[in-house]
Amino acid sequence: MAQKNKASVGKQCVACGACIRKCPIGAITVYKGMYAVVDVPKCRGCGACAKHCSANVISIIEVNNEEKILV
Amino acid sequence: MKKKYWYDYLWIVTILYFTLGFFNILFAWLGMIMFILPLLFAIIGGNKLYCNKYCDRSRLFELLGGRFSLNMAPPPFLRSTWFRYGFLAFFLTMFGLMVAYTYQVFTGAPLRETVTLLWTFKLGWSTAGVSSVTPWVAQYAYGFYGVMLTSLVLGLATRVLYRPRSWCVYCPMGTMTQGICKIKHRNDAK
Repeated sequence: MAQKNKASVGKQCVACGACIRKCPIGAITVYKGMYAVVDVPKCRGCGACAKHCSANVISIIEVNNEEKILV
Repeated sequence: MKKKYWYDYLWIVTILYFTLGFFNILFAWLGMIMFILPLLFAIIGGNKLYCNKYCDRSRLFELLGGRFSLNMAPPPFLRSTWFRYGFLAFFLTMFGLMVAYTYQVFTGAPLRETVTLLWTFKLGWSTAGVSSVTPWVAQYAYGFYGVMLTSLVLGLATRVLYRPRSWCVYCPMGTMTQGICKIKHRNDAK
């Protein structure tokens, strides 16, 4: 099964939106002012969001291509 | 290259605000916009659109980017609930004390022409225009400019060590608006 890198947001997200501004394809949004959410099928796992996350709560994880994950 | 929007240039507001305030402290009152807008976004819209898009301070930190910065990942305590809400409580207490002194000036106490930096250092700040207004109006301006300057200095100091927007992690306005959004959308909270 093919593996893909995806961004995953941790529980201590401060919803500042630094990741939104850095994502080159707009695959991350802030959900109702509470935390960031990743559009998993859209995310390419480039790591730009993780690198610029102010709180350092975004990590890049490997997921199966067909797997649906909730972040 | 990403298309630039008008809000990408909002860092100008920060520079303009502190420059105008430096020459005439009464301009400090304009900072109330940066204080009220995020709250309105959170209370009415239930979002953090101000932090996400329109915050002038974050635009400035982003503009400075990783220059003159160690660019380290921020320590975990910075994003912990106890630290963020503790700092918010401390910030609001100091803000309350500032408002309380403004009230004392309103009732006859002398005007203190100082800007307090980092809640400790009193900087003499005698500027033109102050005598033309009621003393309490000037006192609030001195106090509020101190609040804004303190947050700028803290933000700049934090970004020297950590990532450009590490101030956003414990920014009291950000904590407060996220808290409001969590209450507003409590059924969707993580």
